[in-house]
Amino acid sequence: MEGIENIYTYLKGKFGEGIGILDKESRDPWFEVKRENLREVATFLRDDPELGFTYLVAITGVDYSKFVDVDYKGKLCATYILYRLRDSHQLIFKVFVEKEDPVIPSVWDIWRAAEWHEREAFDLVGIKFEGHPDLRRILLPPEWEGHPLLKDYKEPEEYRTPDGYLVVKTHRPDPLRENNESDQK
Amino acid sequence: MALDIEKIADDQMILNIGPSHPAMHGTIRIVVKLEGETVVDSDVEVGFLHRGFEKMAESFRYQQVIPLTDRLNYVSPLINNVGYVMAVEKLLGIEDLIPERTQYIRVIMSELSRITDHLTCLGAMVMELGAQTAFFYFMTAREYIYQVIEHVTGARVTTSYTRIGGLRNDLPDGFEELLEAALRKTEEVLSEIHGLFDRNRIFIDRTRGVGVISQEDAISYGFTGPLLRATGIPYDVRKAYPYLVYDRLDFEIPVGEYGDTYDRYMVRMLEMEQSIRIIRQAMKQLPEGPIYVDRRDIVLPPKEEVYNTIEGTINHFKLIFEGIKPPKGEVYVAVEGGNGELGFYIVSDGSERPYKVRVRPPSFIHMAALSDLIKGHMIADIIPIFGSINMIGGECDR
Repeated sequence: MEGIENIYTYLKGKFGEGIGILDKESRDPWFEVKRENLREVATFLRDDPELGFTYLVAITGVDYSKFVDVDYKGKLCATYILYRLRDSHQLIFKVFVEKEDPVIPSVWDIWRAAEWHEREAFDLVGIKFEGHPDLRRILLPPEWEGHPLLKDYKEPEEYRTPDGYLVVKTHRPDPLRENNESDQK
Repeated sequence: MALDIEKIADDQMILNIGPSHPAMHGTIRIVVKLEGETVVDSDVEVGFLHRGFEKMAESFRYQQVIPLTDRLNYVSPLINNVGYVMAVEKLLGIEDLIPERTQYIRVIMSELSRITDHLTCLGAMVMELGAQTAFFYFMTAREYIYQVIEHVTGARVTTSYTRIGGLRNDLPDGFEELLEAALRKTEEVLSEIHGLFDRNRIFIDRTRGVGVISQEDAISYGFTGPLLRATGIPYDVRKAYPYLVYDRLDFEIPVGEYGDTYDRYMVRMLEMEQSIRIIRQAMKQLPEGPIYVDRRDIVLPPKEEVYNTIEGTINHFKLIFEGIKPPKGEVYVAVEGGNGELGFYIVSDGSERPYKVRVRPPSFIHMAALSDLIKGHMIADIIPIFGSINMIGGECDR
């Protein structure tokens, strides 16, 4: 089965409400999967002979809180990129969660590659993957506070390393970026 | 998976390797649980070189991210440059407008980088196995290629050669002769390396049947590049999703049979020969013409115009201060990097700064499987297995 619209209709017929919106406007189109149905849909995508997406390319956590004019504004999202190797077909779907309740079921046993991708999404964006065997920080040190890729993240003024060194942030004004909103102060 | 160092049997012991260990390439820590000399369990820790690439990219303009991509995989920076600008070009919808000459030059530079990547990987791997002399053979060949890259881009490692919609500069005079001389010398070195290792008893004993992974596991773990091809799956982004002008070039995908460390060595060696073949064909087909896309809202005007006309000055000023503004949307673009599929996932909110840039680094994915690869092997086997993965810290930890 080819084309994201056909796949979307096929899945919609099978899972009904479990499949959310389809964004055809984006340069790489994607559709939404409700988190309650994620594990069923993922298993189906992998095992159904028509689909057969055996290959997980990446899981990326995205914080949409500064996006405007979209339904999913203010939500956190995990983007799943899949491949079908036999005919080189790419598929992107997303799972949205509220910021107050950032829990998504883990798919680490469906695609083993998910294990470290989910750890990274937890580390940097703070999405908790339920059922993950070993959800701890991967890129940042274990005692780090906060999740840096959240849009409202504030860089800590100081940080104490495990062996006791104190790292203090220095402030260097940047005249070009003084009035910029996206600047992290 | 986490390792409980408190729970060990009487005949077991815990050994910590790295991050400050010469064989761990500076940035990896492996905690292994040993039974005698056999690894029964392990915990691989990455992140010691994390510099917040994705966080930095969010506060930079689209053009300013290009120098950051040099620092991802620093032994093949040109492939990162090409991958990133291709993603932005797709976001802008100008991927079909890129001049042919630019596309050919991008292919040539990517393949040169692939050769340096493989040479570094294999050189480090055999050196850690004790073949110190052979390391210098590999580095000599790499030096020839680096000289060509330096001649074109002005830098050996931090190249920043590509621009959104083009390249920084055209190929310099005398490039073809320089390239051909470097390729010939590289070929000589490669044939010497073949002679040194292909049937070398010590090398085969250390690598045959070591670090084997099955096809199913490799796919489930998301392997790409030489590691996946060593298991016998002919998956290569250049063939599966042909980008640039790879569909016009004639080349083969070398595959292995057993998926062990020796096959990975062999696949990398044969791939370098294919890269040389690609470069020669691309040089033959290289057309004349502009290297920039003819879009003034994306590409900086030439310097003569900036200094001599008011339109040029304003154009330059606006592009530097306001930046490029791609439409809202998101893309995932993958290129075949030295170690496997290097993907860029970019979300745009319509402003001049990327809303989100995620790199899909091949090393990171391969490192996730290291724990499984070394299980059941001797502690000395960690070195060739880890070496054959070619973990590049800058790309793995970003």
